[in-house]
Amino acid sequence: MNKIESNKGWLFVLPVFIVVAFSAVIPLMTVVNYSVQDVFDANTRFFTGTEWYRTMLNDPQLQGALIRQFIFSFTILAIEVPLGIMVALMMPKKGWQASLSLVLVSLPLLIPLNVVGTIWQIFTRTDIGLMGWGVRELGYAYNISRNSGDAWATIILMDVWHWTPLIALLCYSGLRAIPEAYYQAARIDRASRWAVFRYIQLPKLTNVLVIGVLIRFMDSFMIYAEPFVLTGGGPGSSTTFLSQALTAMAIGQFDLGPAAAFSIIYFLIILAVSFVFYTTIMHMQKDKTTQKTGDS
Amino acid sequence: MKSRIGLTIYLVLLILPIYWLVNMSFKTNQEILGALSFFPNNFTLDNYQRILTDPSWYNGYINSMTYVAMNMTISLLVALPAAYAFSRYKFVGDKHLFFWLLTNKMAPPAVFALPFFQLYSSIGLFDTHIAVALAHCLFNVALAVWILEGFMSGVPIEIDETAYIDGYKFWNFFLKIYIPLIRSGIGVTAFFLFMFSWIELLLARTLTATESQPIQAIMTRTAGASGIDWGLLSAAGVLTILPGIFVIYFVRNHVAKGFALGRT
Repeated sequence: MNKIESNKGWLFVLPVFIVVAFSAVIPLMTVVNYSVQDVFDANTRFFTGTEWYRTMLNDPQLQGALIRQFIFSFTILAIEVPLGIMVALMMPKKGWQASLSLVLVSLPLLIPLNVVGTIWQIFTRTDIGLMGWGVRELGYAYNISRNSGDAWATIILMDVWHWTPLIALLCYSGLRAIPEAYYQAARIDRASRWAVFRYIQLPKLTNVLVIGVLIRFMDSFMIYAEPFVLTGGGPGSSTTFLSQALTAMAIGQFDLGPAAAFSIIYFLIILAVSFVFYTTIMHMQKDKTTQKTGDS
Repeated sequence: MKSRIGLTIYLVLLILPIYWLVNMSFKTNQEILGALSFFPNNFTLDNYQRILTDPSWYNGYINSMTYVAMNMTISLLVALPAAYAFSRYKFVGDKHLFFWLLTNKMAPPAVFALPFFQLYSSIGLFDTHIAVALAHCLFNVALAVWILEGFMSGVPIEIDETAYIDGYKFWNFFLKIYIPLIRSGIGVTAFFLFMFSWIELLLARTLTATESQPIQAIMTRTAGASGIDWGLLSAAGVLTILPGIFVIYFVRNHVAKGFALGRT
């Protein structure tokens, strides 16, 4: 689209700028401020420079949480994206079945995070939960508070249950935007089911998938309430992810300096990974559009 | 046909944990701890009755809905003009600004919990609905601008130009022609704003104490000295799901065709 070149745009952006400055910049400055000081009380504090950063980067607890965080985020993305596309392809296109499946699929998305944790805590308990009891009956000694493998599997299952609907919903709306004529053309060409997916449906899905993958990456990297309720980060610290490690340090122990340094490092990591995601995808799209105009 | 079966299996697995929660919410604690059963033997509404007659319980729902509604209003009001600017104008630093806005969606609430607490305490907003609503703007404003910008880019710029030639003033055009054009987009955005504000726990819990505590935080008190009150906890959980069902029911058609505009 031909955009108008005008700095009038800033006028429209101003309200957002003010709100975000208030709700993001001021708090972030506080964090930066703490991260370079040692705070004893309101009046006694010392400048420490980069000391907290060095301590935190060498902290085995942080390193462990970071590695677990990466494994977790990439695992759930690898499961949720293909599964979400599959579900979207299976959903009916119109009629009451379409409405019903839309409402049912979206249901998990609108449950508060700690309630999701509670649902799964109940569901997987071996005494009163259907799944925990069922797995036990099948002869496996399922125990999420003892066996870290069980805890991991359950948390991943919970996240897949909770967030695959987001990918499915986005893909479903992307699929609905494909004109019927495309499919007719494919039928005339006797295109296989796979070819229809690969050359008609998937290209139309890239844009919604960009949103889906980015949102899922960011949110899974900040996961807090669900594992906190379900496993409490245990057994040991095998399911303690970054946010939980951070809140334990900042609010639990009130170690302001190190926690602030940890926060900044945490934020920078998400920022870096998202930036790489964002620019690669944007570049891929730019290549695609230049290709298209080159062809015609 | 094969896809029908696949979808049915998926939906059944999806509903199973929720069904179990609903099942438990109609049971007494003796029955829950007694034996596993797929339907309540002694069907009881006691758990719901306790929540709906006790103000310290049901106020939690009112508090949650209040700050979610405030947040949706603020986010949409500031995001609509901004998204319009990003989709129509090229201005100094627009790309950087857009990415900077997105970085706020990437900010972990855990990082911001403590500074928010101090900021809102110092200006006397601690334990008010507006504090939580503003805190949730951290991620929701960015999201709203991002989604709306996509929808707005799908509306041809010729519509703006024709309107100006016809003598429309900007705000007249924006409110009477443009907003109705992107109705679906606003519906989809509202859905996501509701969702992310309603489900968030960490900031909402940190910024409130007694007056405006969200239901998610109140729920934790079902864990007492004598163990967890499973029936009550389940009933409270079920009640947090209901508002979501209403919201998704109202926007289902918009969501279905929503992203068709601009995002393809």
